[in-house]
Amino acid sequence: MEPRIGVFVCHCGTNIAGVVDVRRVAEAAAAWPDVVYATEYKFMCSDPGQGMVKDAIVKHNLTRVVVAACSPRMHEPTFRKACAMAGLNPYLFEMANIREHCSWVHEDKEAATLKAIDIVRTSVAKARLLEPLQARVVSVTPKVLVVGGGVAGIQAALDIANAGTKVVLVERSQSIGGHMAQLDKTFPTLDCSACILTPKMVQVAQHPNIDLMTWSEVESVEGFVGNFKVKIRRKARYVDEATCTSCGVCLEKCPKKVPSEFDEGMMTRKSIFRSFPQAVPGKPVIDKESCTYFKNGKCKICEIFCEPKAIRWDDEDRVVEESVGAIIVATGMGLIDPHGLGQWGYGRFPNVLTGLEFERLNNATGPTGGRITCKDGSTPKSVAILHCVGSRDRNHKEYCSRVCCMYALKFAHLIKEKTHATVYNFYIDMRCFGKGYEEFYNRLLHEGVKFIRGKAAYVTNQALTDEETGHLVVSAESTTLGQVLRVPVDMVILASAVAPQKDAEAVARLFGMGRSPDGFFMEKHPKLEPFSTATDGVYLAGSCQSPKDIPDTVAHGAAAASTAMSLISRGTVEVEAAVAEVLTDSCSGCKICQDVCPYGALSFHADTRVAEINGSVCKGCGTCVATCPSGAIVGRHFNDRQILAQIDAAFLW
Amino acid sequence: MSHEFEPRIVVLCCNWCTYAGADLAGTSRMKYAPNVRLVRVMCSGRVDPSFVLRAFQDGADGVLIAGCHPGDCHYINGNLKTLRRYPALETLIAQFGIEPDRMRLEWISAAEGDVFVHVVNEMTEQVRALGPLDWKRRTAMTVPAAESHTAG
Repeated sequence: MEPRIGVFVCHCGTNIAGVVDVRRVAEAAAAWPDVVYATEYKFMCSDPGQGMVKDAIVKHNLTRVVVAACSPRMHEPTFRKACAMAGLNPYLFEMANIREHCSWVHEDKEAATLKAIDIVRTSVAKARLLEPLQARVVSVTPKVLVVGGGVAGIQAALDIANAGTKVVLVERSQSIGGHMAQLDKTFPTLDCSACILTPKMVQVAQHPNIDLMTWSEVESVEGFVGNFKVKIRRKARYVDEATCTSCGVCLEKCPKKVPSEFDEGMMTRKSIFRSFPQAVPGKPVIDKESCTYFKNGKCKICEIFCEPKAIRWDDEDRVVEESVGAIIVATGMGLIDPHGLGQWGYGRFPNVLTGLEFERLNNATGPTGGRITCKDGSTPKSVAILHCVGSRDRNHKEYCSRVCCMYALKFAHLIKEKTHATVYNFYIDMRCFGKGYEEFYNRLLHEGVKFIRGKAAYVTNQALTDEETGHLVVSAESTTLGQVLRVPVDMVILASAVAPQKDAEAVARLFGMGRSPDGFFMEKHPKLEPFSTATDGVYLAGSCQSPKDIPDTVAHGAAAASTAMSLISRGTVEVEAAVAEVLTDSCSGCKICQDVCPYGALSFHADTRVAEINGSVCKGCGTCVATCPSGAIVGRHFNDRQILAQIDAAFLW
Repeated sequence: MSHEFEPRIVVLCCNWCTYAGADLAGTSRMKYAPNVRLVRVMCSGRVDPSFVLRAFQDGADGVLIAGCHPGDCHYINGNLKTLRRYPALETLIAQFGIEPDRMRLEWISAAEGDVFVHVVNEMTEQVRALGPLDWKRRTAMTVPAAESHTAG
């Protein structure tokens, strides 16, 4: 039976119709073989638009449907569903992208209209050869992996666990808490960061549905939405968690000191350590790299003093496998390496600090017990906070780091409160966009903090006047005064740029995610799905997607959790029907397909001596189809005939 | 006087990176030459060399194969299969007398709308400079020659 094709051309308001002559497109389509119905409408995706498709399927007995509108990424699911509702197999639907690929990228109306006609003809050519397929439904493993134990991961893990679903929370450092645990106060409320975070950390530790794996890293991910197999390396802790009582005697007795990562290297920790006093879990681990016993074979002082006998020198890394239905990546952010920012004096002058270093300096558990002092112990009389160090700067990071303006205001307040020093903010623009942020800025304006509208050019110790002698000098052009200023200060704080984690590239590959040009993980849609990735079942939470402050991070974590939960609660998921199929009659049994399949979906059947495909492992990439020298593998929904027909129809040759 | 030659370029692109990159060029309202027609496959690894030859045979003046950057393939490494197949394809089209600049392999990610625009514009001008491929006329001329050779 000849196919009966219906073509529906969308105006998308003026998005398409403003450039493409949609009526001409529909009229052209009406004249093609097998097209029995062609029309155009203002918004095909609207209820009436979908209704037109459904009605036409019934009225004109359509066996294929082509909608020429936006990218299939936007509305392919909408129209597949509309077709299915009218009794047409959803795989007999084809979308022609005349918006993103045509009307939005061309100005010449004639050329765009001709191109749109070509695009629709290409889709009709494929539609003519489409075959009905049945989507396979597979069950979803009711467990979620959350990667990263910062506040985003904590929020996501708690939300899922509270919904009654099991969670595996993997964190690579000794404790959960992330960057938020390092902060002293939070803007704009000046809440103590640890005071609001630690209750959540404890909830994680106590939650019966959360399996917390710190000091662990995800090693490999296999499978697909609803059915991932994840290998997690649980690094040797050398401390038996069941026996250890967290008494902390080992932490005092261990003779080996190394710079503390948690304290940004401003303090030391021991080789046996917990990241910070409120760490969760509170049981320490031994860092093998620095431990004297592992280096020299001598010491074991921790073991001598450990009353419950919890030290295990023979502990080894273990790789555990977990089956999960969904994955939430919450691996957080890094900071730009300040050593590359020499003009602002970092690494050259001891009293030039990064924002995170200042957080530790100001914290009660930090190197000075919370007193704001210069390196020589004196209290600074003046402090400069330099905004946009590496952010909004084409030489470093083009984007705004989104947290610095506000933490700079917070610092200014805390410095004034604790030291009464004069505080200068060197800024480009004040970006105080969140709830209560502008109000906080106004409060600071009245607290006598000095705001200089101009990005600091450099920091030097080369005094030009007596007033500058013995001080750091910040040079900037005040764009309000139109004057270059030199401001002598005792301390400089750099609001250095937020950056992707150093291993973001490897992590993106591990979970099959993309990255945007800024290096952060790429979301499925920047507005409508900022918590999903292009890989079904893998979601994003927090600042691994883009720089975020705490409220946004928490909201993002909760959003990722609810998206993952809607998959888990559904219990089943439809997976790709467009997979490969072996034509056993044509297969010569050469096994070449086995070598190219990245998933091991193809095997050689010993009895029939032909290739066999495991449909639930195949993801439909089609590499075997292109490789098979006998043409014995068919890529469903993208078969040779369909693709060649599209090429033939691509232009009016 | 006849109007300027407009190259016809077929783009065989993967669903996950390049097709999405072209979508991004659209949502960003970037402008590029209207000389390309996209044929979407799920992975650049699906690009059978015969697709390229078919496009030339149909009358294409250029063919662009585009997929995810090596290491970023949605299907782990399908693009590497394309990369390995590509030199053979280059040799093949050279044997047909097709200029190498008429075919390109590019890695364009979903975030690289600007790269898509650049590649399309550059390739359009490259192919424009080469002039029409005119495959049908070329093959029409060679066929009798081959016949006479056989006869001889």
